[in-house]
Amino acid sequence: MTVASSGTARVTLPADDQILITREFDAPKHLVYKAWTDPVLVRQWWHANRGRVTVAEIDLRVGGTWRYVAVTDDGFEVAFHGEYREIVPDERIVSTEVYEGAPPSADGEEQGTVNTATFAEADGRTTLTILVQAPSKEVRDAIIDSGMEAGMQDALDLLEQTAASLR
Amino acid sequence: MIHRMARAATTADAFNAVAEPRRRQILDLLAGGERAVNDLVKDVGLAQPQVSKHLRVLREVGAVTVREAGRQRLYRLNGEALKPIHDWVRNYERWWAERFDQLDVVLDELKKEEGDDGGK
Repeated sequence: MTVASSGTARVTLPADDQILITREFDAPKHLVYKAWTDPVLVRQWWHANRGRVTVAEIDLRVGGTWRYVAVTDDGFEVAFHGEYREIVPDERIVSTEVYEGAPPSADGEEQGTVNTATFAEADGRTTLTILVQAPSKEVRDAIIDSGMEAGMQDALDLLEQTAASLR
Repeated sequence: MIHRMARAATTADAFNAVAEPRRRQILDLLAGGERAVNDLVKDVGLAQPQVSKHLRVLREVGAVTVREAGRQRLYRLNGEALKPIHDWVRNYERWWAERFDQLDVVLDELKKEEGDDGGK
């Protein structure tokens, strides 16, 4: 079955230390919230079609922790973890997020972001908004750069496939 | 690293120009169409010399263009100059776009399940 595209992700930079991600889904918000918070379901989408999710742990309560690990098809592992700060079912989740491959700050602290996910429904459709608050412009820029790396990895994969097809 | 070099090559222009919140505010206002300096001064809430200073920085990187119309100076947004920023963000955006495409599939399944249960 084909899925009607509900529009692509929109990423903007509202401030030097922030990233704002928005996307509309053709589903009511209780379902978007469920897909966002149920570990069995998270395993089905968080891989972004670039590999598979090997760990999806969610302890959905204030002070509870979460951890996701994905392995890309070429064996590159990415892991993130964090803690829930605020939970309003079907409405809002505030959580911290730390990329486990990121270097700690000078004082040895983990360099994480505080992410606020908001679920807003209108006419049976849901707008998901994720505000990523980084501790500094440098950390924010490093996160955007990591997307650049992923994009480059894709390009290299394509190059490899193309090269293989020429054999 | 290639991406760091690409980033460094552009920090001198568009990236710096939009690093200042007031300049971003001016760009947002201009996104709605061409505006006279006096209008911008009113909406931004700064004194004219400060607004003019910000507009000069934006002009230097090509983010805005200006034309004279009678006694007025009209400023217009030039999106092309902001393309380096768009390109920088685009790969990160694509990562999320692919993730959300998968989420669409999951949601479709959930909607079907709920339909089978006779709704919620």
